[in-house]
Amino acid sequence: MESPDSIVLTILLFWPLVAALLVILLGRSDSLIKKGSIWASLLPLGLSIYLLFAYDSNTGGLQFEQFAEWIPQLNAGYHIGADGLSIPLIFLTALLSTLSIYYSAGVINERVKEYFFLMHLLEFSMLGVFLALDYVLFYVFWEISLVPMYFLIGIWGGANRGYAATKFFIYTLVGSVAMLLAILGVYFATGTFDIVEAAAAQPFAGNLTLASLAFWGFFFGFAFKVPSFPFHTWLPDAHTEAPTAGSVILAGVLLKLGAYGMLRIMLPSFPEASVYWATWLVGLGAIAIVYGAFVCVAQTDLKRLIAYSSVSHMGYVMLGIGAAAAVMTPDALASAVNRFGLSAEAIQDSAAMALNGAALQMFNHGIITGALFFLVGIIYERAHTRDLARFGGLATKTPHFYGLMLTAAFASLGLPGLAGFWAELFTFRGAFAIMPYWAAFGTIGIVITAVYILYRIIQNVFLGEYDPSKLTHWTTAQGEHADGPTDMVGFEKVTMWPLIAAMFLIGIYPTPLVKYFNQSARELLAFVQNLI
Amino acid sequence: MGDIGYLAPEIILLIGGLFIFCLDLAYDPGVGKKSGLSYMALSALFLTAALVAAVLQLNISDPEAGPKVAFSMMTIDNFGSFIKVTIFSGMILTTIAGGRYMNRRSGNQGEFWTFFLMVSLAMSIAASANNLVLIYLAIEFLSITSYMLAGFLRENRRSNEAGLKYFLYGSIASAVMLYGISLLYGATGSLYLHDIAAAFSEIIGESTEISGLAFAGLPAMLLILAGLGFKASLAPFYQWAPDTYDGSPTPVATYLSTASKAAAFAVLARFFIVAMASFQVNWVPVLAAFSIITMTMGNLAALRQNSVKRMLAYSSVAQAGYILMGLVAVTSNSPSAMDGLNGVLLYLFAYLFTNVGAFLVVMALEETVNSTHISAYRGLIKRAPWLAVMFTVFLLSLTGIPLTGGFFGKFYVFGAAIQRQYFWLAGIGMINAGLAAFYYLRVVREMFFTQEGEGEVLDVPMALQTSLLICTVATIWIGVYPSAVLEWVSNASVQLLSVVP
Repeated sequence: MESPDSIVLTILLFWPLVAALLVILLGRSDSLIKKGSIWASLLPLGLSIYLLFAYDSNTGGLQFEQFAEWIPQLNAGYHIGADGLSIPLIFLTALLSTLSIYYSAGVINERVKEYFFLMHLLEFSMLGVFLALDYVLFYVFWEISLVPMYFLIGIWGGANRGYAATKFFIYTLVGSVAMLLAILGVYFATGTFDIVEAAAAQPFAGNLTLASLAFWGFFFGFAFKVPSFPFHTWLPDAHTEAPTAGSVILAGVLLKLGAYGMLRIMLPSFPEASVYWATWLVGLGAIAIVYGAFVCVAQTDLKRLIAYSSVSHMGYVMLGIGAAAAVMTPDALASAVNRFGLSAEAIQDSAAMALNGAALQMFNHGIITGALFFLVGIIYERAHTRDLARFGGLATKTPHFYGLMLTAAFASLGLPGLAGFWAELFTFRGAFAIMPYWAAFGTIGIVITAVYILYRIIQNVFLGEYDPSKLTHWTTAQGEHADGPTDMVGFEKVTMWPLIAAMFLIGIYPTPLVKYFNQSARELLAFVQNLI
Repeated sequence: MGDIGYLAPEIILLIGGLFIFCLDLAYDPGVGKKSGLSYMALSALFLTAALVAAVLQLNISDPEAGPKVAFSMMTIDNFGSFIKVTIFSGMILTTIAGGRYMNRRSGNQGEFWTFFLMVSLAMSIAASANNLVLIYLAIEFLSITSYMLAGFLRENRRSNEAGLKYFLYGSIASAVMLYGISLLYGATGSLYLHDIAAAFSEIIGESTEISGLAFAGLPAMLLILAGLGFKASLAPFYQWAPDTYDGSPTPVATYLSTASKAAAFAVLARFFIVAMASFQVNWVPVLAAFSIITMTMGNLAALRQNSVKRMLAYSSVAQAGYILMGLVAVTSNSPSAMDGLNGVLLYLFAYLFTNVGAFLVVMALEETVNSTHISAYRGLIKRAPWLAVMFTVFLLSLTGIPLTGGFFGKFYVFGAAIQRQYFWLAGIGMINAGLAAFYYLRVVREMFFTQEGEGEVLDVPMALQTSLLICTVATIWIGVYPSAVLEWVSNASVQLLSVVP
């Protein structure tokens, strides 16, 4: 349905591109580029907040849809829209982009014009993935999100940046080409590139072999991005080398693209294959949770630790998605009813809960890990190392920093009252009713998470006696010489507080956010149930 | 106008070539003189006229009306015209960009641009020829002029090697192809593609058994494939390509890897789709095997190169493998939107602008810092930002990243393969696409990830910049809005497929 509001999405989507071009064309001085970029990034943020309010949850479904002809020969069009799943993620994208641009304005002083051009371009491509409802459009945005991130890592990254950037690019490229083949398969089965229409047409229904092939094609594309164990090996390198804002966006938004794709495309389009392979998703998710957490404990580099914690935390998302997928179709639901002796409604509720948990985890992980990467960046600007062995006793020296890190770390650990808790609760509660053993196995990860958060981060970096001989060279945030660790300065606080506030808000009162996700989770389950 | 009118592009090129040749007899400018550029300008002028003629033919001929035939040996259809448009576009861009490069290196400007027009003429004839003897003559004409152009810098040993190597391989390939043609003539009694097709379909009929004289079709097909595969630089006939591209003057390498390849693919497509229609079950696996070997060999070899020019040479071998994938997946009976032939044509068109652009960047670096080694590209973003950005566009297009023409080329050939359910072929293509990203990105990495690099800001000639800009705009245009090109492409392939018996 075209509504007068539908132009909002197009403006939201293309504004960052316009901003990127303006940076190139009008960016005469570095300070102008920085100021202009910050102001420019406020428009998508404002529009995404508008979407949060304008979305009518009573009607549900896709809203603000817009169509335009693009490649009529292929029946591929410009079709965008947003629903309860994508709207909070769009908000997350805009929020993290704005904060990243704002933070970068304080720390990036080299090749400023290119940097902000790429940041805007990145925002454009990420918004495009969340908005696209046409496979070709989706794939185009999906792929071009690689390019700016590749340059961000490669130009402003650490010592080993060339290797990390190339690895990031190649891994995700191979995954996405597999997805491209699956997209083409869907096209030839349904005759359309429209994601909604194609899902309604149920490609390969009744042919499990072909459906599984397509399912795995998409899975490879998404799993490399999530990243799901064992496709995660690019992530620690990319994160460790990337500049702070790059890591924030990478962890905060880019990883979500994969999980979003699973929810938007895989589950509704291939319900039978999803049921068939659900145990794999759950298994990979649970393994990622435990494995990622164990690897975290062994890290000596703070940023690498947080990168691995992403692997672990994105495992929750996979776990939730897989668990819900396992009971999606009427047949699977019926057999689950027999197996567990629960009512169909109870199992449906659990599935919805698992999906809500997964979606909530996507959002929360974006906020929490985004904040953690900012904090790592803040300490790195001062210490110029991330070696955990060289920190200690910072709590007394940098109390503000300590407080924020403590909050974000506890949110990451899943402390009740902070955002992370609800996602873990929902995911495990939902998955437990459907896949009890895997869910139980996954809970080991929670314990290990506590180990690395409390021991590796909090104790190692902040507690104990401050020993000046561990690290002698300190600078201020501006890079001037300092005698010891200095606390956060204004622009860093401004970057951090919105994220910290969001953690508390969602932790204390998650209902408004869950409402969006629950809407689309219910719709997804109902869609699959009503297919036959 | 009749038959003569149909041959307008060829006639324009012939007159142009002879005109420059005669002018050269009367006036010889000498090395590096400004007036040497006037020959380049004339050449560009005639090529543009030929391009206009080809575009007009493309728009005039009604796709429903069926192809026209000129002097019985030339089929003037949308397919041929589209290929001509592709070829001439590449030749014009190369001419404009390469004028100064050639003028500085050789005094025989009139000679060079005469050959250049003659090469275009040969390719143009090859794109339309429907008779095996004319095909052979066109290919031979194309080859001989190309040998001379590749070895044109007589004082340069690398250039001599390039020409000689090309010649030695090429003459064997021609002989092999000629043998294949004679076999076909013996088996069917005709040299016309249609008559050959008709004769074979009569012998083979509805049965899938190959019997009697039809047996001659199989070896003939392989022999001709060897001859054409040499021109299209398919593995295992590609060994000449890296040395020749590397040693030739860069404008020559540019058209050898693009326009000349387009002409070879036009002949391949016409020969296999029209004349060998009855053998489709036989040639599909053969071409598929060639496609796989070509892209894999090309990509593996390109990974190890340190000269960007040589890397592009191997990359263009690999690209030929992808294009061949489209030909493997041709559906002659019921062409759909994403038919393999559409893929071949779209890929050729997008690839032309992309690869011409990439070679022009190499030329720009040769012009300014006189090196093709990858270290010359170090920190290019600082010395020549726009050059680095444009090269990145071309490299991303060669990788197949969206919003560039190369993406839709790959999209179409992969799509055609999936449509025919050649999943394994598409899968190998997929792995290759990942592999290729390695060496394309390596150059991007050198250009952008460091600002060190030696030397001053590069002074790239205006004409070269213009050509580069056109290539960039075309590459992005096809990537963003491919509809217009797709319209031409599908008109072209529908008309070729419609005549398949």
